[in-house]
Amino acid sequence: MLTSHKSSIRFAVAAAFAVASTFAMSAQATDITGAGSSFVYPVVSKWSAAYAQKTGNQINYQSIGSGGGIAQIKAGTVDFGASDMPLDEATLDKFGLGQFPDVIGGIVPAFNIDGVAPGKMVLDGTTLADIYLGKITKWNDPAIVKLNPKLKLPAAAITVVHRSDGSGTTFNFSDYLSKISPEWKAKVGEGTAVQWPVGIGGKGNEGVSAYIKQIKNSIGYVEYAYAYQNHIGYAVMKNAAGNVVEPTIANFQAAADTADWKDSKNFNLVMTNAPGAKAWPITATSWVIMYKQPKNVANAKVAFDFFKWAYEHGQDQARSLYYVPLPPSLVQQIETYWKNEYKM
Amino acid sequence: MPVISAEPIARDNEQRSREDARHDRIFRRVLKFCALLVLAALLGAALSTLWGGREVLFGDGLRFLLSDSWNPVDDKYGALAPIFGTLVTSLIALVLAVPVSFGIALFLTEIAPAWMRGPVGAAIELLAGIPSIIYGMWGLFVFVPFMSSIEPALSNTLGNIPLIGKLFQGPPLGLGLLTAGIVLAVMILPFISSVMREVFQTVPTRLKESSYALGSTTWEVLWDIVLPYTRSAVIGGIFLGLGRALGETMAVTFVLGNSYNITSSLLMPGTTISSSIANEFNEAVGMHRSALIALGFLLFVVTFVVLLIARLMLRQLAKREGK
Amino acid sequence: MSANSIYARRRITNVLAMLFSGCATALGLLFLVWILWVTASNGLHSIHLSLFTKITAYADQGGLSNAIVGSLLMDLMAMLMCVPIGVLAGTYLAEYANISKLGASIRFLNDILLSAPSIVLGLFVYVIIVLPMSNLTHGSISFSGFAGSVALALIGLPVIVRTTDEMLQLVPGTLREAALSLGVPQWKLTVQVLMRAASSGILTGVLLALARLAGETAPLLFTAFGNNFMTVHPLDKMASLPAAIYQYTNDPSPALHSIAWAGALLITLFVLALSLLSRLLFSRKKVRYE
Repeated sequence: MLTSHKSSIRFAVAAAFAVASTFAMSAQATDITGAGSSFVYPVVSKWSAAYAQKTGNQINYQSIGSGGGIAQIKAGTVDFGASDMPLDEATLDKFGLGQFPDVIGGIVPAFNIDGVAPGKMVLDGTTLADIYLGKITKWNDPAIVKLNPKLKLPAAAITVVHRSDGSGTTFNFSDYLSKISPEWKAKVGEGTAVQWPVGIGGKGNEGVSAYIKQIKNSIGYVEYAYAYQNHIGYAVMKNAAGNVVEPTIANFQAAADTADWKDSKNFNLVMTNAPGAKAWPITATSWVIMYKQPKNVANAKVAFDFFKWAYEHGQDQARSLYYVPLPPSLVQQIETYWKNEYKM
Repeated sequence: MPVISAEPIARDNEQRSREDARHDRIFRRVLKFCALLVLAALLGAALSTLWGGREVLFGDGLRFLLSDSWNPVDDKYGALAPIFGTLVTSLIALVLAVPVSFGIALFLTEIAPAWMRGPVGAAIELLAGIPSIIYGMWGLFVFVPFMSSIEPALSNTLGNIPLIGKLFQGPPLGLGLLTAGIVLAVMILPFISSVMREVFQTVPTRLKESSYALGSTTWEVLWDIVLPYTRSAVIGGIFLGLGRALGETMAVTFVLGNSYNITSSLLMPGTTISSSIANEFNEAVGMHRSALIALGFLLFVVTFVVLLIARLMLRQLAKREGK
Repeated sequence: MSANSIYARRRITNVLAMLFSGCATALGLLFLVWILWVTASNGLHSIHLSLFTKITAYADQGGLSNAIVGSLLMDLMAMLMCVPIGVLAGTYLAEYANISKLGASIRFLNDILLSAPSIVLGLFVYVIIVLPMSNLTHGSISFSGFAGSVALALIGLPVIVRTTDEMLQLVPGTLREAALSLGVPQWKLTVQVLMRAASSGILTGVLLALARLAGETAPLLFTAFGNNFMTVHPLDKMASLPAAIYQYTNDPSPALHSIAWAGALLITLFVLALSLLSRLLFSRKKVRYE
């Protein structure tokens, strides 16, 4: 017994020593971590899997919401953050951060109503704002019926679904509603997280889609890939030009085309409620945020290589998930930005 | 590790006992150090959350506690909605779990045949072993749809009763305060029932037998003899369950709806302290983070007080037993 | 009221109470069976070999191997931390501070720690490990499997302290007196006699602690963070089974749900097997001392 005790103690000591020495020997962790936007998670995770197979470099991207991405890159706990809300110049300068777009996509109002197929419901910004303000509470409200005279809408209460975490999807959505509805602007405003007048909160685009799928007569807003991949009903929208448009790559592209990237500093440009005739009204860009003087240069280099690879080889994957790849002129502008702004 | 050799070397007895005393001292110090680590862990948890939440706790003070507005746009945070959700879901859980646990304890101590007590008791305690994430999955995928199918019936019946009717009105979402409360009730049931069962067994047999001899029914023995005898410990067990319910995170996050609202209806969504932290901590900076850590401190203090009461109550019975 | 009707009323009350208690027990069992059934039927459906060979980076085309490895590793590291400390601390309470004020207050605080909200312990580890590490290494180490395992260790620790304390107290005093009268120093008595006598009881506590911490999710969210790739480096951000289940449950995709169920089944089986095993050990133990 004495010996068995001794050996178990010896084992514990040896094990503790082994763990401690592993720490000591390699103070540097080996993974490259990005975190943030769930809006881009579907495509970034596809990219990262493909990139890992091609190069062996592992980009660990965690979908924790844009708010989380911004917070974690500021805290320096990840190699890059991803956000669908651009940071302003003051913030970027204060933290020594730079930002560049990685992909463009569309946010759609998504719903779950028996008998109403995806793409069959028409909504406009005012109605959407009133639903999210809690002023429209039933699906057969005159405002909705007026937009959808042919639809058979139930007299059921609307369950509003929003995000529970800080989100760039929320930023673009609330930015759009602020542009359309003065009341929304005054009462709620825009941001990655806002004080919701009504509704339940889902975590990430994932969580919102899951709730919409599960709760009858609900409405929410998600990146289009989430609605499409999960067969969730989505609405078509009346845009700034007064046309009813579908959420398609062509219409996201139409909105993106109105963007004047050349004059934007740090690519700070929000394209909601874009003016084009076919433009999808809630089209959003996602940005990658990194330190201009990265503390871990090796990791940052791999991250840049990853995005370069994605711009060049990830376009088909992006399109297959209904994202709009960045136009070549913008990619060129980004690469110049890298050269000028990032010191490595 | 000092090794004491058993070889018959001639050694001064005095030196040996001195060495023993030294080893004893070292051993004792190591043990004491480890025990103090427990103390440090608890104090550290309290102090670090107090420190992390200082901006909000000391800067906003009462306003933080009393404001129901959780507004990240203006960077203003009030704890009332999460506190409300935490208390309401825990209270629902208690209201449901206490009588059921009592029934189970009664069944297992007085009614069930002896062969049944072991396995059934073990099965009930298995409920405590299921990880909370599993309760969350079951809650979201199975129990929420079930609740949304029976909630219209609830609204139509209970919802019409004056006074308490308001509690049961609302859209049949399936998720909300009531659903979260029920899931919590299932989770704390094994804790409360096992305490009750244990303390019921401490009642001296002669007390019970005397009562039976006077013609009491099983129920009367339990209600008039066992319960008064064990009252403080039973309350302790209930508080132990309450402590569990207050701090539960994962299961609640899935079924509560994560919405900062204070509503009169139990069918409406809400939020709790722990689910707010789980949802928002990774994205929070500045005041937001401070507010979340301050919430954590509040939760810690509240559970500390509840568990304090629980332990003191439980101790009373132990004292009476002469332990 | 006649004596008969009083008698009848008492009997009816009694029958109702018996009925209620039977129903309550049935209800408790119903929930157990319901939850286990749902987990087992959904989980068995989805258990494939790819679960153990592929990583979470491939989402619905992938598996959980990195999460399983991460969980095992963090559980192991947590146990390496909390078992020695817990056993020694429990020994202190039982053998050195059984009646002292310090012992009483530590025992009391340990009971509080036992029921403390796990998410607050996660916050604590974030503040004392993740933040300082990130500041010291300029962010190249921040969230880590190590931080996750410290959080888990804090959850396992009080379980081990308490069972060790209780089990040592069960050891008859005569054993102590016999050894002391032979002139055995107290540390030797404790390690070689008492701990040995209580070893199966202490092992019960170790198993219970493992069962408890293996199922924890909340404290890992902001300590281990998560990783879509395989890693065994303790300072990397690390995936864990409960966190992967949390992420997949929160997703609309049915394919991910089924992977989550498979993971849920694995973890439930692991945890329940541990608690059954500890129960078995403990009942044997009881027989020996009664």
